[in-house]
Amino acid sequence: MWVLLIVVVVAVLWVIGAYNGLISLKNQTINAFKQIDVQLKRRHDLIPNLVNSVKGAMDFERSTLEAVIQARNQAVKVNASGPEAVKQISQAENALSSALSRLMVVVERYPDLKATGNVAQLQEELTSTENRIAFARQLYNDTATQYNTKQQQFPTTLVAGMAHAAPADLWEIEDQAERAVPQVDLSRR
Amino acid sequence: MIGFVLFFAWLGFGGDYILALATSDAGPHAYHHVFPWLGIVLTLTAIITASYAYKTGPEKVLWSTGAREVIDPQTDGERQLVNVVEEMAIAAGVARPRIWIVPDDDPNAFATGHGPGDSHIAVTQGLLSICNRAELQAVIGHELGHVKNFDVRLMTTLAALVGAVLLVRDGMGRWMWGRGRVASKAEEGGKKGAGPLLAILLALWIISWVIAPLVTQLLALAVSRRREYLADDMSAQFTRNPLALASALEKIEGATAPTTSIKRGAAHLCIADPLGRHFTNHEGWLGDVFATHPPMGMRIAKLKGMGYAQLKKEGGSFTNSALA
Repeated sequence: MWVLLIVVVVAVLWVIGAYNGLISLKNQTINAFKQIDVQLKRRHDLIPNLVNSVKGAMDFERSTLEAVIQARNQAVKVNASGPEAVKQISQAENALSSALSRLMVVVERYPDLKATGNVAQLQEELTSTENRIAFARQLYNDTATQYNTKQQQFPTTLVAGMAHAAPADLWEIEDQAERAVPQVDLSRR
Repeated sequence: MIGFVLFFAWLGFGGDYILALATSDAGPHAYHHVFPWLGIVLTLTAIITASYAYKTGPEKVLWSTGAREVIDPQTDGERQLVNVVEEMAIAAGVARPRIWIVPDDDPNAFATGHGPGDSHIAVTQGLLSICNRAELQAVIGHELGHVKNFDVRLMTTLAALVGAVLLVRDGMGRWMWGRGRVASKAEEGGKKGAGPLLAILLALWIISWVIAPLVTQLLALAVSRRREYLADDMSAQFTRNPLALASALEKIEGATAPTTSIKRGAAHLCIADPLGRHFTNHEGWLGDVFATHPPMGMRIAKLKGMGYAQLKKEGGSFTNSALA
């Protein structure tokens, strides 16, 4: 009789613990996803100022700068909703990322430019902005993986239905060009 | 924390009990120890110093190193530091810590605070000047690992408690000296036959007093060493670049001068032992018991192992995609 009671109490306590653990992971996953948005928004707000501050020094690369501005405006404009929303947003953001990486390559190409204060600062800010987005995605993927593993593992999986836990999608690179492994030529010349 | 208070309760109430036993068979006009004021005073002292240490720990640690807070970054280096800390805070999923710079040319860094919501990260000027961006990122990742694990709370509290224990012990020692007669009375009581219980308790009690500071210090060290490996792992998880931390540690190790502005009390908070003690670099029981950090060589080797495993994995996927 007592043994039975103890077993029931332990089982109930375990269910409560597992349920709360899943809910907490679920909310962390949602929060981590929102953090990506926060960082993307920050990038949108930052780009016009950054580009303006180096416009003078980089007049000869006007087309690169304009491509960045254009991609940025495109990304801000995407306000889609519905099933296609995530895809559209990530397409626009990826276009902006590649425009920015072209700008970074250009800056690298002219060592004189880096001597100009504004440009060195631009480079640092761009690196940091891209890192923030990358790290936000990384945190989301890490948290979502933890959440997915937890809800699929026995015995937590028994409680998953109760907590309305469904596997979260991981963030993937949409752009085929970004996925490709960069070619590195190591032969001596 | 609770252990600390209980320990003091034992020191206090144990003393009361011994005094009570010792004075119980004295004459009717002699002093009888009935009210356990010693225990009450000591336990209260322990609770107050513990909570005070907990509250003011981070401030004291930062103040003792002469750090200045970076609120409005002025130079490129400071701007990069702020950016790197904010990036790593995103990667770790913790609130942005407050950032401090210690004016010292030796490379080192430490974190303090109460947990992920309220933390401080301090780096020395020397670290900023010798590390590149990736290395700085790895070091900050290590410190944020401590923050995320609540190590900072534990270590900061321990740092303050070690000081508090020493203070109380010294004070009590003086008081006991003044009341030597009580102690001799207690001995008499033991001889008279208040029982072997009294003698054993007395011995245990005195030993506790003697080893109290040692125990707290050793506790801090043991916790610290295990946590360093964990924080190294977390840095690798945040940056996905264990080789950067390895090369940062090599640079820190290469700069042999001790970090003079970081005192002994805060040593176990740092990324590398600021005192530059020799046994920190040796395995074996001496290093195991007294070093605040695991041997640098072991940490670097572990990180490099991680890094090469990662490179190998990426190399593998490269050949696969090349074949496809």
